[in-house]
Amino acid sequence: MADALGNGYVQLGLKMSVLLILLPATLVLGWVELKIGAHMQARLGPMYPGGFHGWAQTLADGIKFVLKENIIPRNADRSVFALVPYVTMLGAALIFVVIPAGRNLVIEDLEVGVFYVLAASSVGVIGILMAGWSSANKYSLMGALRAAAQLIAYELPLVLAAAAVAMMAGSLSLVDIVEAQKSIEIAGFYIPFLPFQIVGFIIFLTAATAELTRPPFDMPVAEAELITGAFTEYTGIRFAFSLFAAEYISMIGLAAFGATLFLGGYAPPHSALEFIPGIVWLLLKTLTILFLLIWVRWTYPRLREDQLQKFAWKFLIPLSLVNIFATGALKLTPWI
Amino acid sequence: MSTLIPTTDRWLREARLAGDATLRTEEMVLNIGPQHPATHGVLRVVVTLDGEKIVEGTPVVGYMHRGHEKLFEQRDFRQITNLCSRMDWLSGLNNEIPASIAVERLMELEVPRRATYLRVIMAEINRILNHLMFTGSFGLELGATTPVMYAFRERELLQSAMELATGGRLHFGFIRPGGLKEDVPRGFVDLALRGIRQLQKAIPDYEDLLMGNEIFKARTVGVGVLDPDLALEYGVSGPILRGSGIPYDVRKAEPYLNYDEFDFNIPVGTNGDSFDRYWVLIQEMKESAKIVEQALLDLPAGSHIGQVPKRLTIPKGAIWAKAENPLGELGYYIVSDGEAKPYRMKARTPSFNNISVVPHMLRGAYVPDMVAILGSMFFVVGDIDR
Repeated sequence: MADALGNGYVQLGLKMSVLLILLPATLVLGWVELKIGAHMQARLGPMYPGGFHGWAQTLADGIKFVLKENIIPRNADRSVFALVPYVTMLGAALIFVVIPAGRNLVIEDLEVGVFYVLAASSVGVIGILMAGWSSANKYSLMGALRAAAQLIAYELPLVLAAAAVAMMAGSLSLVDIVEAQKSIEIAGFYIPFLPFQIVGFIIFLTAATAELTRPPFDMPVAEAELITGAFTEYTGIRFAFSLFAAEYISMIGLAAFGATLFLGGYAPPHSALEFIPGIVWLLLKTLTILFLLIWVRWTYPRLREDQLQKFAWKFLIPLSLVNIFATGALKLTPWI
Repeated sequence: MSTLIPTTDRWLREARLAGDATLRTEEMVLNIGPQHPATHGVLRVVVTLDGEKIVEGTPVVGYMHRGHEKLFEQRDFRQITNLCSRMDWLSGLNNEIPASIAVERLMELEVPRRATYLRVIMAEINRILNHLMFTGSFGLELGATTPVMYAFRERELLQSAMELATGGRLHFGFIRPGGLKEDVPRGFVDLALRGIRQLQKAIPDYEDLLMGNEIFKARTVGVGVLDPDLALEYGVSGPILRGSGIPYDVRKAEPYLNYDEFDFNIPVGTNGDSFDRYWVLIQEMKESAKIVEQALLDLPAGSHIGQVPKRLTIPKGAIWAKAENPLGELGYYIVSDGEAKPYRMKARTPSFNNISVVPHMLRGAYVPDMVAILGSMFFVVGDIDR
């Protein structure tokens, strides 16, 4: 397996396949979110398109978006406006480069994997900022500025939560982090970092939600006040790509990242289950985190931007610093 | 191509030449509505913003003016009650009641006891339907998408009960001067009771889902505080006035129909903020459910309409009749010159007065607060503009 992966063509094929999988994955996740949300709200959700429980609903939506007219406002900065979907999608898709689906099943096992994911995931916000500035719309501008403010507030707790995990593993490489989690073994059970990093996990989830601008931290796109904020002027396929596709791709990316950091990534829960491929475990763990994100979305109202800033700077960042300190203390004990 | 990026602006050029890092900032006028989700309907709010802070906010009304008061002058009194229900489309039945009370008082018509009871039952069910709608949509405006779905689930049974009796789901057209259009069909009492019981079981859920939620509290407590004196000056009424701590309710203050025979309380808020107004709404649903239950359980037998002449000619005179609409005090002033149509009929609708006080509440609030304030002012645009 390791030899085959060394082959340049196989590698290229793998890298391409990630990008090819991502778009259908957003459609599936979109449908899953519609269904979960509907059932949480005592509804059925889509039932008709495609037959079985409306499985083709997001596909139909996608086709509709492609067929819609692509409007660029007269006062918009055309080139920047048109570039936005690529920037937001690119930032989201880049995360997958370092997420390991097996010991050797990773596109690039970067030495600085954690750092790379955090850097790549914040590229999307530049896209939002570009959208807000180029649309020549006041609502878009406000949404973009909110997104930028939010990024500054939430990047820090996210980095600090990931840093604590890197301390536990003693490495920034995601493969090493998973292997470190596999090395903690009690009676064949692999113990992931989650029990030691429960605080870090909660901080990570909160910060990831804010980074994804999903409810309750969706102020940049707040429909009720800013009418999807930075993307007010976007229509058709540009709207679908820059808002939905980018959101779902980065959702999957950050969830997979969280699964790798805290839930043991591709490692099975028990050594007897090694025969099941790692990608299955990674997928299961990613879906668990995705479910948490979806659950929160359909439950809570939206915070206010200043309240979010207060929450981030006065609570989350001190908490993550305490978490790092506690992790350091834990490392001094002989058990880890 | 780009006009938004003001590279040609003199001030920016000068600032660059001077190496001056401080940029000039200015206020921005943002036009919210008439097509905007926060204004549910066609209200327009022009706000002047300093960053995210609102310096000045002015509601602009009139986008849905349909000339109701002029239309009244062209209608027979039986038609007028139907037309009234189009003003506040969420509580059609409550709009019809004071109009027919005015006619009854001028003509000195006797309303049978059963009709009065049924009017109370339906008015209160309509009040619950209205309140459910607003509790749900308030959550939606704050970004919580679930409460509105729950609210619509509870609405359904009560809505079906109303549909069973009147044939309508929004505009009931069931009140006639002197009584009701017809008697309620078999099964109405059971269905309405079931709806009420389901609602009573569900209300704790609403309280948990939003009122117990820290984010909801952070967004509403202390936001949009309405001073009671200011509220009185502007003629604010209904749940908004009671949220500010003034226990004024026409049902208690000047009982009409037979509200004085039922046991219910007037919930009153303390701070007058968005949270209190929402709280009042939820409590009022409980009280309305209590009234409906009492009335349904001892609904008297008898006729549904009293002795009403074929042609409603109203003696010369003028009258002012009012009632507690779900959104506040609704009154009609009818001047009759002795013909089949009113000479003049003025409507005093609650939403119009309630929305006039909004500029005071918007001053100094943040843009997201505007949504919380407008959402908790519980207005219907048709009721503002009529």
